[in-house]
Amino acid sequence: MNTITSSRYVIADKPGFRAVAALGRWESLLALLLLAAFVANSILLPNFLDLDNLADGTFNFSEKALIALPMALLIICREIDISVSGILALSSVAVGLANANGMPPETLLPIALATGTLCGCLNGIMVTQFGLPSIVVTIGTVSLFRGLASVVLGDQAFTGYPQLMADWGQGYFFGFVPREFVVLLGFAALFAVVLHTTRVGRRIYAIGNNPVAARFSGIHVERYRMVLFMLTGAMAGLAGYLLTGRIGSTRPNIAMGWELEVITMVILGGVSIAGGAGTIGGVMLAVLTLGTVTYGLSLANIPGIYMTIVVGILLLATIALPRLLRGRKTSK
Amino acid sequence: MDNNNNPVLRLTGISKRFAGIVALNNVALSVRAGEVMALIGENGAGKSTLVKTLTGIYQPDQGSIELAGKPVTFANAQDAMRAGITAVHQETVMFDELTVAENIYVGRHPSKSGRIDWARIEAEAEKLFARLEVTLPVRARVKDLSVAQRHFVEIARALSQDARVVILDEPTASLSQREIHELYRIIGQLRADGTAVIFISHKFDEIFAVADRYTVLRDGRFIAEGLLADITEPELVSLMVGRTIQQAYPKADVTPGEVLLEVSGFNHPTEFSDVGFTLRQGEILGFYGLVGAGRSEVMQALFGLSSSANGTVKLGGKEIIISSPAGAIRHGIAYVPEDRQHQGAHLSLPILHNITLPVLSRVGFFLRGRRAREQAIARHYAEQLELKATHLMQHVSELSGGNQQKVVLGKWLATNPKVIILDEPTKGIDIGSKAAVHRFIGELVTKGLSVILVSSELPEVMGLADRIVVMHQGRIEHVYDRAEATPENIVAAASGLKELA
Amino acid sequence: MKALLKLRETQLALCTVALIVLVGMRAPVFVSGSSLANLLTDSTLLIMLALAQMLVIVTRGVDLSMASTLALAGMMSALLASRFPALPLLVVMLAALAIGLLLGLINGYLIGHLELPPIVVTLGTMSVYRGLVFVLSGGAWVSSHQMPPEFIAFPLARLFGVTHLVWIAAAAVLGAWYLARHTRFGRDLYAIGNAPASARYVGIPIAKRLMWTYGLAGAVSGLCGYLWVARYAVAYTEIAYGFEFTVIAACVIGGISIAGGSGSVAGAVLGGLFLAVIGNALPVVKVSPFWQSALTGIVILTAVMINARSGKQSGRQILPLHLNKSSGAV
Repeated sequence: MNTITSSRYVIADKPGFRAVAALGRWESLLALLLLAAFVANSILLPNFLDLDNLADGTFNFSEKALIALPMALLIICREIDISVSGILALSSVAVGLANANGMPPETLLPIALATGTLCGCLNGIMVTQFGLPSIVVTIGTVSLFRGLASVVLGDQAFTGYPQLMADWGQGYFFGFVPREFVVLLGFAALFAVVLHTTRVGRRIYAIGNNPVAARFSGIHVERYRMVLFMLTGAMAGLAGYLLTGRIGSTRPNIAMGWELEVITMVILGGVSIAGGAGTIGGVMLAVLTLGTVTYGLSLANIPGIYMTIVVGILLLATIALPRLLRGRKTSK
Repeated sequence: MDNNNNPVLRLTGISKRFAGIVALNNVALSVRAGEVMALIGENGAGKSTLVKTLTGIYQPDQGSIELAGKPVTFANAQDAMRAGITAVHQETVMFDELTVAENIYVGRHPSKSGRIDWARIEAEAEKLFARLEVTLPVRARVKDLSVAQRHFVEIARALSQDARVVILDEPTASLSQREIHELYRIIGQLRADGTAVIFISHKFDEIFAVADRYTVLRDGRFIAEGLLADITEPELVSLMVGRTIQQAYPKADVTPGEVLLEVSGFNHPTEFSDVGFTLRQGEILGFYGLVGAGRSEVMQALFGLSSSANGTVKLGGKEIIISSPAGAIRHGIAYVPEDRQHQGAHLSLPILHNITLPVLSRVGFFLRGRRAREQAIARHYAEQLELKATHLMQHVSELSGGNQQKVVLGKWLATNPKVIILDEPTKGIDIGSKAAVHRFIGELVTKGLSVILVSSELPEVMGLADRIVVMHQGRIEHVYDRAEATPENIVAAASGLKELA
Repeated sequence: MKALLKLRETQLALCTVALIVLVGMRAPVFVSGSSLANLLTDSTLLIMLALAQMLVIVTRGVDLSMASTLALAGMMSALLASRFPALPLLVVMLAALAIGLLLGLINGYLIGHLELPPIVVTLGTMSVYRGLVFVLSGGAWVSSHQMPPEFIAFPLARLFGVTHLVWIAAAAVLGAWYLARHTRFGRDLYAIGNAPASARYVGIPIAKRLMWTYGLAGAVSGLCGYLWVARYAVAYTEIAYGFEFTVIAACVIGGISIAGGSGSVAGAVLGGLFLAVIGNALPVVKVSPFWQSALTGIVILTAVMINARSGKQSGRQILPLHLNKSSGAV
């Protein structure tokens, strides 16, 4: 069907580059914030710019950021998973249990991934088959998962993990680049490619933008949701493996409160809680910004709890400022 | 005290336009106390815009509203309510989890020494229902009520606010005969109380049964008004549909061929029953009916969106099972939904993404390097449909209604369907784009497609369709050939009446 | 009678009683008077918080910051009492309540007037308030010997044989019932949660209502903050950490729909009681307390599934009802 264009209208491919619009984008603002934090830290803290210190600073956020990646996809899809810290704990316990029962070190990562995926599967089934809202489902499953972890652990702790895990959790490539950080960068790239360059990503945005229209357009909305929950579980399992390798033990309170930090990374990264918008780049910028501030605080020997306040204020400012600047909407 | 000659409500010269569409053009309406005025017009004639202007949801661009001789302006819905104008819509303003009595007083519960006076609320509610001679347990939750009962609650609410004008917008859709007669009685009560009633309906038997006067709107203009006693049904119909039916629709010279799609025994527990029809190759099959007749439900079930529907579907002679929209698309069936904004388009996504969404597999797994291919697809359909936009990455929300519809149509055409179902394709679209869409529908069959056209606009259906299926309350009433169809027959069948003599 | 039995709250009450009886059969000491009284006392704080959370959830919102507000107000009251032991207890309690109210109003402003999403706002304030507890206390604990004796004694002291905690909770239950049932404020909340657009249409002042709902939730959390630190005679940064999920669980179990618009005071109370029974029953039947969390999770999931089934939406009714031959519901 090759018709010569007969339309009265000419449609350009895309709008011209407008510097103001580019600067006003969320990611640009975040980049500025990151820069500001970096500069402030460098000025205020003498050993901030030390490369070894900077590298070590990445340990703090690498595992959380791994979970933030699939969480971003979930939130873009208008879902949420509050059970990730429970999944992480349960995966860590599974690894510890397997290790204590003499399983070879190479099997531990698959065990962690499998546990995480199974947990994610439960979340997914409750949401897609039973049609339940993900917020309440995951409030239920976080109790369940962490509870099961507690039951197995009792008041003990698993220790004695093999060197393989410590290599990945605490180890470095070329002596100075932390392996965890490289893993994070690798996955960030993977997620970015999937979300921003493939049709899978395009469909995820469509689901988040308008799930009804997405369904009408032939997208298997429930299938996508299920996969995303399983993926989130798997990444939480991976994070559990790495974290356990890094700290060398599994205690009942492992990764306590992480779900909120992860969600903050995602929201600060510009992913709207209403769905349909946000980028991996934004999330990574938020991760780096939060990481920079955290690391600066720890170098200055300020207790980590102050970080909690900073994170909270950043989150509130993030969502409040656009509303304040635009003026209150007259109606929803 | 309203003199019988002075209308309690008078609108003069009301005009209202929205981004390029003139919804109301110099419309006049006057209603007297204790009178039932029937507001008549086709879909798109401007009735609902007029009602929204009356109830304060819209403010007229020009013209005046006078209540008992005094000019009034309504800044919002509460202003109109306080002035005594209330509307009972199809989609009721109801709170499902609250009781009937509370729904009547929601937002303005009377109180006694600081606490809500439930006794009074229930007593007042019972009094109101007694006045209307309706039996309704005031403690029932609204979610357990039928559509008719919800209407009664809304009417009771209107009465409790001392409404002087009550607007009933298509109140009898999905009502049983018994409930309809109860409604007539209630309208009689309202009339006896001196309330003015504006009654909007397509059903002539009801209009003649219950109303005193009529006002006809067409294409946003005032056409005629008068006493129903002085006019006949056929005359009303021709005022309503106008004379310009056949000319504007370019009918392509394609004779329908073999049977392509065959639907039989299509059932749904609550929405439709025993639906069966055939679609021939190259045919435009019209589906006409009143709002709520069940046509969209049938089409959505056909498209795989309903899990409770069952029946047989044969495509090209072979029986197929459609369990999801993806499956339907695979079989070559496309469905362009009625609700453009919620079901049809992704408003905050660019035109490009909207059009290519169902056919991404054709572009490839990776989209980044294939921008040109994707743009080619989108551009092809944008040009075919004469889409007016600045650039392909524009958000669909920035386009006019007509152009939004073109994007949706383009998306479906891109799936290369054999059968395309259009559900009210020109609803809420300006005249210029309407003509383009009509022309386009006519051309579709020359390209090898077969079309099912669901429409509530009689001229559209009669001008384009080869055959017209008329549905009423979930069932197929009659199938008319183009040659034998007359507006009167079709409208009568859609209202459930037997054929007019 | 049948309608009463079908009620969610009745079923929950029966389940709770059944659970108590079952546990009692395993360990008769559980159903002894003092054990049941303990159970009641243990459930009071959860019930009070669940009542406040219920009002928030009814408006289609959620308040994740309640536990942090509790901790901050509790720490403040502990510090206040330890620095100024001569201060009348009533003043200390009112101070805790006032602090909570202020913290809640901040939530309410952001959610009601700026129309920001509740889950994100309370996520943020939850972090900030929790951090402030540390800032305020310098990380130090306030232990029992730093607190005046009346401070500690009040919650568990008895008045006509019943602890103050139970009296206060009873007052809270009555207050919540009155608010939810007999004030326009309360009724408007149900309307807002049920159909926000319609609520706006009929003129309900949504921003104001939401602001004070979150304010109230904060005030209750504040008061519970004092009661918590006094009852357990210790105040530190991590008190009630994660408790907000338990509170939400109590509401979900009590049949309060997360979609808003429905839910009863009785439901919140029974949900809290049910969770308290589980908590107290486990050690008695020699189930390790580590099972508590897992069991809570299973109970929540079950409750949500039951909630969902009873709220199923059917398709539009187009076929005339008197002709409809399928399931005869009218």
